[in-house]
Amino acid sequence: MANFYSDNADLKHHLNHPMMRRLVELHERNFTEAEKYDYAPLDFEDAMDSYEKVLEIAGEISGEIVAPNAESVDHEGPHVINGHVKYASATEKNLDALIKAGLMGISLPRQYNGLNFSLVPYIMAADMVSRADASFVNIWGLQDCAETINEFASEEQKMRFLPRVCAGETMAMDLTEPDAGSDLQAVMLKASFNEEDGTWRLNGVKRFITNGDGHIHLVLARSEEGSKDGRGLSMFIYDRNDGGVVVRRIENKMGIKGSPTCELVFKNAKAELCGETRLGLIKYVMALMNSARLGIAAQSVGISEAAYREAIQYAKERFQFGKPIINFPSVSEIISTMKAKLDASRSLLYETTRYVDLYKTLEAIAKERTLEKEERMEMKQAQRKADALTPLVKGMSSEFCNQNAYDCVQVHGGSGFMKDYPCERIYRDARITSIYEGTTQLQVVAAIRHVGSGTYSNIIKDYETVEVPAELAELKAKLVDMTALYEKSVATVTADKDAQYIDFHARRLVEMAGHIIMGYLLLQDTMRNESFRRSTENYIRYGEAETNKNALFIANFKPESIECYLNN
Amino acid sequence: MALKIVVLAKQVPDTRNVGKDAMKEDGTVNRAALPAIFNPEDLNALEQALQLKDKNPGTTITLLTMGPPRAADIIREGLYRGADGGVLLTDRAFAGADTLATSYALSCAVKKIGDADIIISGRQAIDGDTAQVGPQVAEKLGIPQVTYAEKIVSVEGNEIVIVRRLEHGTETVKAKLPLLITVNGSADECRPRNTKMLQRNKYAKTPSEKASLTDTSLYEKRAYLNLGEWSAADVDADLSQTGLAGSPTKVKQVENVVFQAKESKRLTSADEDIDELMKELITNHTIG
Repeated sequence: MANFYSDNADLKHHLNHPMMRRLVELHERNFTEAEKYDYAPLDFEDAMDSYEKVLEIAGEISGEIVAPNAESVDHEGPHVINGHVKYASATEKNLDALIKAGLMGISLPRQYNGLNFSLVPYIMAADMVSRADASFVNIWGLQDCAETINEFASEEQKMRFLPRVCAGETMAMDLTEPDAGSDLQAVMLKASFNEEDGTWRLNGVKRFITNGDGHIHLVLARSEEGSKDGRGLSMFIYDRNDGGVVVRRIENKMGIKGSPTCELVFKNAKAELCGETRLGLIKYVMALMNSARLGIAAQSVGISEAAYREAIQYAKERFQFGKPIINFPSVSEIISTMKAKLDASRSLLYETTRYVDLYKTLEAIAKERTLEKEERMEMKQAQRKADALTPLVKGMSSEFCNQNAYDCVQVHGGSGFMKDYPCERIYRDARITSIYEGTTQLQVVAAIRHVGSGTYSNIIKDYETVEVPAELAELKAKLVDMTALYEKSVATVTADKDAQYIDFHARRLVEMAGHIIMGYLLLQDTMRNESFRRSTENYIRYGEAETNKNALFIANFKPESIECYLNN
Repeated sequence: MALKIVVLAKQVPDTRNVGKDAMKEDGTVNRAALPAIFNPEDLNALEQALQLKDKNPGTTITLLTMGPPRAADIIREGLYRGADGGVLLTDRAFAGADTLATSYALSCAVKKIGDADIIISGRQAIDGDTAQVGPQVAEKLGIPQVTYAEKIVSVEGNEIVIVRRLEHGTETVKAKLPLLITVNGSADECRPRNTKMLQRNKYAKTPSEKASLTDTSLYEKRAYLNLGEWSAADVDADLSQTGLAGSPTKVKQVENVVFQAKESKRLTSADEDIDELMKELITNHTIG
């Protein structure tokens, strides 16, 4: 009778963050929808109660259906039959349960049959589903592509596509091509307008497309003949019911084996333009990627949770030298550090989610009415934070997820190397999180701008102004010292404004900012809930050492030494 | 065609997760230590009803349960999965009922609901394991019954086709409406609670639950939130047939049974030994 919501008090803690009142009130437009929809909340308390009850449903399905199916999904995997994907049989059962439970279109507006929830409970559901089966969240979680349709498509398109997503149809985002991976400006899939019947037609190949046989696709294609860069790309909606796309093969992967990763061949496939031409990459895909990155951060945290739980359970049950191995300091330190990294990345995940939610909701409201001056300011600040925290949480949480998966296997010893325990699947599943939706290296490229612009420093300064009780003063003092080291390192690295030199040290600086920000977030968690104290202490101790290490590397580095790393 | 379905359901202590506090010193069930849940096979029954509703637009499902006031929880659980309404049968006069008195009370309530095409329940409840209530309700109502149902294949006109689970296979039967069906645990699992139905129905309350509210305007605006609550008088029950008075069953003694391993048998890998073992396993129905 596992329930992944009620067995994890940390989720409830994050759900009940003080900022939720503002988010819910904005989402519910002051609770005016209860007149029109019998499932709309009457007030804030009602909405929060529904969030919690709905998360209990998602937690129950995750714990009782998706998690027990994970092993068979990993073994069976999806197959291609006549150019279409057949999911593993247990994947179909998972999907069926989530659809019947009405857990599709969670954050879409009610007018399209969505639940109109804040992004926070949606991300929380993704966190739990990922803990159950990381491969499955790639199918179910692609519902966040619908957000992009909601944001940029015409009202008529929204009315046609969004209710289908809410009813359980799955989605795909077709971006990558054989020669366009990290560099999406190189996308070649051709979109041509057929004057005769007034439709767009797509021709070409897409590769590594997650859930590539989903019902509704967002496709990045070159609509401007002769163009070479990102400005010649537009976004299209392809409906599987129209046909024209064949799944040529699915990849045989190391992990997330239940998620079909497809090679797609577009043969004069009918599609419709989403938004305006030429904005495909520079506007729409950027928005799409940002929400996908948040999704991967949630997946990373969910996998971290699974890794931590498997490790601690094994360490308590495994006896060596006459006692459980958790009683050996070398093992219990691993477990405590895993928990600290898990808690830190989860705190950053929900902090980021709240700011993404805040600015996106205000942005949606701005389409209905003119925002007040304070609201515009609030939106701007939230967006700045969201933009800075998104690559940070994707990068840091996916790296922690990998570290936790590694440590989980380590705690299992020889047994962990065998196929007998879930930890080996977790280890394989974790590996992709720091690669797709932009590698950690690319997250650093996105994040370093916010080091240079001072956004991270400003976020840290905001946290620093929060008064802490005396017993936490020592921990806060450490964070203040870490911040000074960070500022000093930033100054050293950026002194000559040498782009290559900044790129070289970028990851070190971004990580330092990450440790400080997560340290402060955990400090705030501890102020609301004493149960976070251990992780806060452990994380700050860990982050302090890491920050010192990076600072030392930068301080002792002679610019000319960079040659030792170049031209290999 | 639109059907009128009544699902009989029971709130039971979760005997599948029995901890050390499950029994009291005196040998009775410590209900406080066991979470109260929707009887599992009644959920299988509800799923069959919901599948009929999916296929037959206009069908309504009423969940009927007898129990203490807190049994209203399982009516709400039913609404979250797609039932249309529910009635709690509750009265001190029903307390201490055995299967006969329970069946009598339920049959009175089913009559009061009126015109049911199908009455459906789980095969048995996990607290008593008697499997008597369903069949007895059918007898009291004077309608046919199909027990151990695993799948309702079709309903056309007043004819229903049902697959029953038997010991060594299945049996497909045809019966006439109205009838009572008891559903086996091997039938489809019940669908999960639905997020929209949950939000729509979470404030559904019985009159006694509403009694403590200061503001009941919501219940005037949203009639579907008012759950039925009937006493013995409401269903015109003859008090001599309800509760303890109507219960001929008396528990004489409760014995603790400890399962023990029986004597072992040693076999060699010789063909005749294996042959012997196969025959034995087939004869005692372990396999085959």
